Amino acid sequence: MAKKTHVATTINGEPMEFLCEARQSLLEVLRDNLAMTGSKEGCNNGNCGACTVLLDGQPVDSCLVLAVEAEGAEITTVEGIADDSRLHPIQQCFLEEAALQCGVCTPGFIVTAKALLDRNPTPSEHEIRFQLAGNLCRCTGYDKIIRAVQDAGKRMAAEARGASTTTNGSPARQQQKQAT
Amino acid sequence: MAQAESHPRKYKVIGTRPVRHDGADKVTGRAIYGADLRLNGMVHGKILRSPHAHAVIKSIDTSAAAKLPGVVAVTTSADFPDLQDKIADLGEGAVNLAHLGANVLAHGKALYKGHAVAAVAATSPHVAQEALSLIKVEYEPLPAVTWVLDAMKDDAPLLHDDVYTKSMGKKADKPSNIAAHIHFEKGDVEDAFAGSDLVVEREFKTASVHQGYIEPHVSTALWNQDGHLTIWTSTQGSFTARQQTAELLQVPISQVTVVPCEIGGGFGGKIAVYLEPVAAMLSRKCGRPVKMVMSRDEVFEATGPTPGSSMRVKIGATKDGKLTAGEAWLAYDAGAFPGGVIGPGCMCVFSCYEFPAARVDGYDVLDNKPKTQAYRAPGATQAAFACESVIDELAEKLGIDPIEFRLKNAAKEGTRRVDGPVYPRVGFIETLEAAKASDHWKSPLEGKNRGRGIASGYWFNIGLKSSAAANVNPDGTVSLLEGSTDIGGTRTSVAMQLAETLGITAEAVHPKVVDTDSVGYTDVTGGSRVTFATGLAAYEVGRDILRQMCERAAILWECDAAEVESVDGEFKTKDKRMTFAELAGKLSQTGGPVVGRATVNPEGPTNGFGTHIVDVEVDPDTAKVTVLRYTAIQDAGKAIHPSYVEGQMQGGAVQGIGWALNEEYVFDGEGRMANASYLDYRMPTALDVPHIDTIIVEVPNPAHPYGVRGVGETPIVPPPAAMAVAVYHATGVRMQELPMSPPKLWAAMQK
Ligand code: FES
Ligand code: FES
Repeated sequence: MAKKTHVATTINGEPMEFLCEARQSLLEVLRDNLAMTGSKEGCNNGNCGACTVLLDGQPVDSCLVLAVEAEGAEITTVEGIADDSRLHPIQQCFLEEAALQCGVCTPGFIVTAKALLDRNPTPSEHEIRFQLAGNLCRCTGYDKIIRAVQDAGKRMAAEARGASTTTNGSPARQQQKQAT
Repeated sequence: MAQAESHPRKYKVIGTRPVRHDGADKVTGRAIYGADLRLNGMVHGKILRSPHAHAVIKSIDTSAAAKLPGVVAVTTSADFPDLQDKIADLGEGAVNLAHLGANVLAHGKALYKGHAVAAVAATSPHVAQEALSLIKVEYEPLPAVTWVLDAMKDDAPLLHDDVYTKSMGKKADKPSNIAAHIHFEKGDVEDAFAGSDLVVEREFKTASVHQGYIEPHVSTALWNQDGHLTIWTSTQGSFTARQQTAELLQVPISQVTVVPCEIGGGFGGKIAVYLEPVAAMLSRKCGRPVKMVMSRDEVFEATGPTPGSSMRVKIGATKDGKLTAGEAWLAYDAGAFPGGVIGPGCMCVFSCYEFPAARVDGYDVLDNKPKTQAYRAPGATQAAFACESVIDELAEKLGIDPIEFRLKNAAKEGTRRVDGPVYPRVGFIETLEAAKASDHWKSPLEGKNRGRGIASGYWFNIGLKSSAAANVNPDGTVSLLEGSTDIGGTRTSVAMQLAETLGITAEAVHPKVVDTDSVGYTDVTGGSRVTFATGLAAYEVGRDILRQMCERAAILWECDAAEVESVDGEFKTKDKRMTFAELAGKLSQTGGPVVGRATVNPEGPTNGFGTHIVDVEVDPDTAKVTVLRYTAIQDAGKAIHPSYVEGQMQGGAVQGIGWALNEEYVFDGEGRMANASYLDYRMPTALDVPHIDTIIVEVPNPAHPYGVRGVGETPIVPPPAAMAVAVYHATGVRMQELPMSPPKLWAAMQK
């Protein structure tokens, strides 16, 4: 059995300690050692973004981070995005706007989108596409994801201004045409 | 079978956009996908794979691996029962079990790089990985072949010495890589070509592409000490996974339970079993649950892909734009084992048009690739690339607008396809009219190096078997149990049909996808069938519940059940009424719970048509193609949840764009895949595509009570052809090869 290292870190606001082997990635430790399986493995080599977590606020592919590098860091995973009793606006918009099909890419997109919208709640379509280009989705063609992120940013900005968040159907819905 | 309700109805639930029932779990990371499963005492399995594309396996020595501390079991194909050439019907296609078994673990010969050779289970995935390096395999490498036309040559390396060409019911007398020849013909083809004013004939080729689902294959098996085998897996069909696994292990199906986990995409690639029987065998040996997860390179090298193809299409027309005759010659590779998707390719190549005479020849060809699998409208995309390219060229040469040309020849009710079936009411013409009326088609495209393309596509909705049951709860909600694994929101599209039938809200139905012991047999999630066929089962469940509840109301009201009507969520007689929820709360006074059940097997496929428009810009220096604007139009029959219909259209279109522009299996000189990673395989990212506009056309399907047509597959069919036409208008070059990647397009542009 390989020698293990003790790591002290904060995950979703809670102090967390674990023992890991030097060769283990942060993704592996999250999923296998800590039973936090919200972060997904699509490639294990930094190409798909399904494993995205925030490391000190920055989105990283957790499959490319060694678990021992998490020492002293603050980590946010998809499990830490919602409030205790309420989904985050990004999660809410993903659901209302059908921005997921199989859903396996969704945790990565939500975490990446959070990093973007926390910095800039009103990104352009191009900025969203650019920032999300490291996250692969094979089901949706990205259309509804981009719209959901854009709408979530608007909601976040409105919430930040303390304004009412009621919206009457999302713009994404109104733009889709339906002919009979 | 249920008939479409003849008067268009106002629906309460159908056509709305509720939040999906499994949504919260999926956006919070709580949903349990196959890889998220943890069982007590679980160990981890890994597979040793062939480094050669073609080799005789002379010996396998696992003794050193077995001795590594932490290793609990080792297996090879020698542990599995010998399977004769038995054909098992898996619903959406049959499979030869001997071949399936030899694909799961090689028997005597490795037939592609990545072919499974042996497997180990150990206390950690790292130990299992280490153990693989201790297995000694002696190979005798053989020449390999990975291009379909090379594989068809007389002197090509032969994959199997027991595969003989089957053609028109006859079997050839010597073994061949050509496993089957298909031939369809209608009318006098020679005569019809002779009477044409214009004939265009072109040759096309396409590379193999992978389905590309983000979740790698994963299975966990527990062969319990009482002999019962439970398998938790990510599969498109839990019942077909059960059947395949039971057959390969030669145990009765009643000894196997398959528990479908959440599945991270399939697109046709998660129907055949790969890991399930191996995990089961390892579990039998060690008495513990064994979990096996593929890595991404294993997914590329050992699963999927869809066939590479070589095609020749010849079409004739009169001066005034009527098609006269068509001829297609299609060779698709099947990979290492026979039974690719050439059949549907042949059925679909001319399926959009009324051809007075046509002939199709198709070849199912073995080569050293993984056994090819279905990929969204399997076989149709390649064929449409060829046919639609020729259609566009004919329209151009005749000086007819491409939409008008299609309208003049469009398949409609009564059209007989070259393979025989006659269409019932279909909506192809309506998609063309919608394309013509679209803002996209009407807006001029300006700018240098830009072009617009349009193409159409066709795919079936297979019917097949679906079962469902539902329990009425005392609070007026209904719990729905179904057997169709949910890959893209079908829990909701099925639940909505039950809700509509019962007159309750979508939220009042709680759908659950359950294991193979908990619901009746249900065929795979594939063939665009779930919202159609399992939706039909949900409708029948609803009718069964309503019938029983009318009887219960009659007991309460002391009248005849025939006097009770159910309308829009209410039960009533001439002078009494009660809501669904009120009656649900009184069931215990009238004899106890109500359970609805249904099993359906709609016969005869129905049909889905789509038309796509795309604008591109081609960089004249690098030949990089940028997609500027895209519109997908499709006949959905009736869109149950329009957002998810749009999502299918958008997702399919982007997969088609990837197929058109970049995706391909690249092989080295020894037949080994050289780009088995997402980085090198290059699927479209968010930055590579624009928004995909959608127009849903609704021409109700006469074979479904709400008019549903499946929508999942058609959207991948038109894109490569539409993209090729757009590239032509941007560059003057008609590309007859996929992908139109920069090196290939650039070379063509220099001519
Ligand atoms: S699993 Fe980490 S990027 Fe794909
Ligand atoms: S929803 Fe399936 S990969 Fe994105």
